[in-house]
Amino acid sequence: MQLVLEKRAERSNTIALVSPLIAIGLTLVTMSILFAILGKNPISALGVYFIDPLTDSYSLQEIAVKATPLVMIAIGLSLCYLANAWNIGAEGQFLIGAVAGSWLAVKTQGTGAGPWVLPAMLLLGAAAGALYALIPALCKVKFGASEILTSLMLVYVADLFLDYLVRGPWRDPAGFNFPTTAEFDPVATVPVLIEGGRLHLGAIIALVVVAAGAVLLGKTIKGFEIRVVGAAPRAARFGGFNSNQLVLLTFAISGALAGMAGIIEVAGPVGHLQPGISPGYGFTAIIVAFLGRLNPVGILIAGLFLALTFIGGEQAQIAMKIPLDVTKVFQGILLFYVLACDSLILYRFRLIFASRQVA
Amino acid sequence: MELIEAIILAVLAASTPLLLAATGELVTERAGVLNLGVEGMMIVGAACGFGGAWLTGSIIIGALCGIVAGTLLSLVFAMMTLGLAVNQVATGLALTILGIGLSGLIGAGFVGERISPAPHLHLPVLTDIPLVGRILFGEDAFVYLSLALVVSVWLFLYRTRAGLVLRAVGDNHVSAHALGYPVLKIRMFAVMFGGACAGLAGAYLPLAYTPFFIPGMTAGRGWIALALVVFASWRPGRLVVGAYLFGAVTILQLHAQGWGVGIPSQFMSSLPYLATVIVLVLISRARTGGSTAPAALGTVFVPDR
Repeated sequence: MQLVLEKRAERSNTIALVSPLIAIGLTLVTMSILFAILGKNPISALGVYFIDPLTDSYSLQEIAVKATPLVMIAIGLSLCYLANAWNIGAEGQFLIGAVAGSWLAVKTQGTGAGPWVLPAMLLLGAAAGALYALIPALCKVKFGASEILTSLMLVYVADLFLDYLVRGPWRDPAGFNFPTTAEFDPVATVPVLIEGGRLHLGAIIALVVVAAGAVLLGKTIKGFEIRVVGAAPRAARFGGFNSNQLVLLTFAISGALAGMAGIIEVAGPVGHLQPGISPGYGFTAIIVAFLGRLNPVGILIAGLFLALTFIGGEQAQIAMKIPLDVTKVFQGILLFYVLACDSLILYRFRLIFASRQVA
Repeated sequence: MELIEAIILAVLAASTPLLLAATGELVTERAGVLNLGVEGMMIVGAACGFGGAWLTGSIIIGALCGIVAGTLLSLVFAMMTLGLAVNQVATGLALTILGIGLSGLIGAGFVGERISPAPHLHLPVLTDIPLVGRILFGEDAFVYLSLALVVSVWLFLYRTRAGLVLRAVGDNHVSAHALGYPVLKIRMFAVMFGGACAGLAGAYLPLAYTPFFIPGMTAGRGWIALALVVFASWRPGRLVVGAYLFGAVTILQLHAQGWGVGIPSQFMSSLPYLATVIVLVLISRARTGGSTAPAALGTVFVPDR
């Protein structure tokens, strides 16, 4: 008797709908076991992680703040992944976008520049992110170099470049030698939506990006081409779709969104450029994209959920002395379960009795 | 002369983790499986390796802990990609994300602790030969182990029947299955071998390279190892050359900082990553006449029954 995997005649839509929920459920069970191993009460730990942040307006705003970059990046990544182009370097594109936009903020500091500064910063961030993403895309299209490895290597390069700038030429002279630029001027800062709160304009931009992603994928020829190239490359070739062009396009869009998310993060919640502006948004966004099943609305929900784990993780660290790395373990396990459950959309398990008889 | 000797010794040490991890991944990929989780398995190997050595005082037990940790993680990967036919790229990424978290969690208790690193060999007479003695006989045992491993893998792949079968599985799993070879089982062992090597490669860092553990100490070496496999065109011999070239770039970068070259240290530090990109481009461009990658690399296999 053995358990075998068998291809379904057609994809199961029921499983496609419930699989993220099953994945989250399994993750919660696994996390409870992990909490118990760490010597914490699983019930109260899960409460601190997932319930407490939902109970006050400060944490709710904070969830939206954290979800903003996650959703923006993940929408771009989902376009790449749908087209079977593996952009793994969104973290680097995020950092370069933050650097490019900060350049203008640093240059105009104290010059009394007008309200054009912030929009120009956002555009610069998006342009820099797109250009940075085009490096691995071009290397893939022109030379066949694996975009997975090249886009990832550029994350380390971007990280070191940012580090150089804030420790060297851009360091705030009045900053007590801390590696950071001066606080940005008000015209170079993303405005908050609620007086005295943390929720900022970026959340609205993220919602616009979700809507634009949905329109692009659902209503346009380009969106159709992206999906066909990824799902059925042979059919796409017969259809005359240029897959190289789509690789460049999806990488450029995803780099632009990551870059804009980077400058929004720096000009908004952080307020100045410094190392460590991202707790791995570019990598967590990969999980968001898959948990949201590469669908814009799904990504919005998944982004809010992953943001909840960041906030819950911080609260659990303060309230229960649970190490912050548990959040990353949680996110990794969640991605495993999401992928495993998704397998059941295309396959099913069957028990086979004595299938290996002598021929 | 002493400076050159010191540099060569440092290059050998810096290359060893790359060579170990890349050798494991080469076998995995030769069986047709692309495991992008090398960085994750390495970083957990580093935490477990240091933990094992710190608790027991034994470098060997530390190394074994690293190997076991890497193998266990690779089994998770095997369950997902072989058992459940999940996309290998996505699963590899998940493995790295999980590994970074696990490593931080496991290693949290050891940060700031030190151990005495793996001793350098000292063979009477041999090690004292001028010029070559310390290079050939004066490194830590892992350096020689890594070379022995590459040679064994080469012998296995090209001189044994089992190696032939493994390569056949990587090149055409449908035919190999039709001939009656257990494709999934062979792939599982190849993945586990890759995991064991990655775990050992990670453990090498705190056990021999530096005598302490810091979070994130693999610093992308797992990804560079993956690039090395491409650089080597899936051949063990070229892997040795590639790993030592990259070790040399790493050491050049460190020494240039020491010599006070007027380039900011961050630019020097980004050299190994930029070198990886450039090497990938050059290698891929040189191979326009058709890829030398195993034909079934990265594709899922669900046997018909």
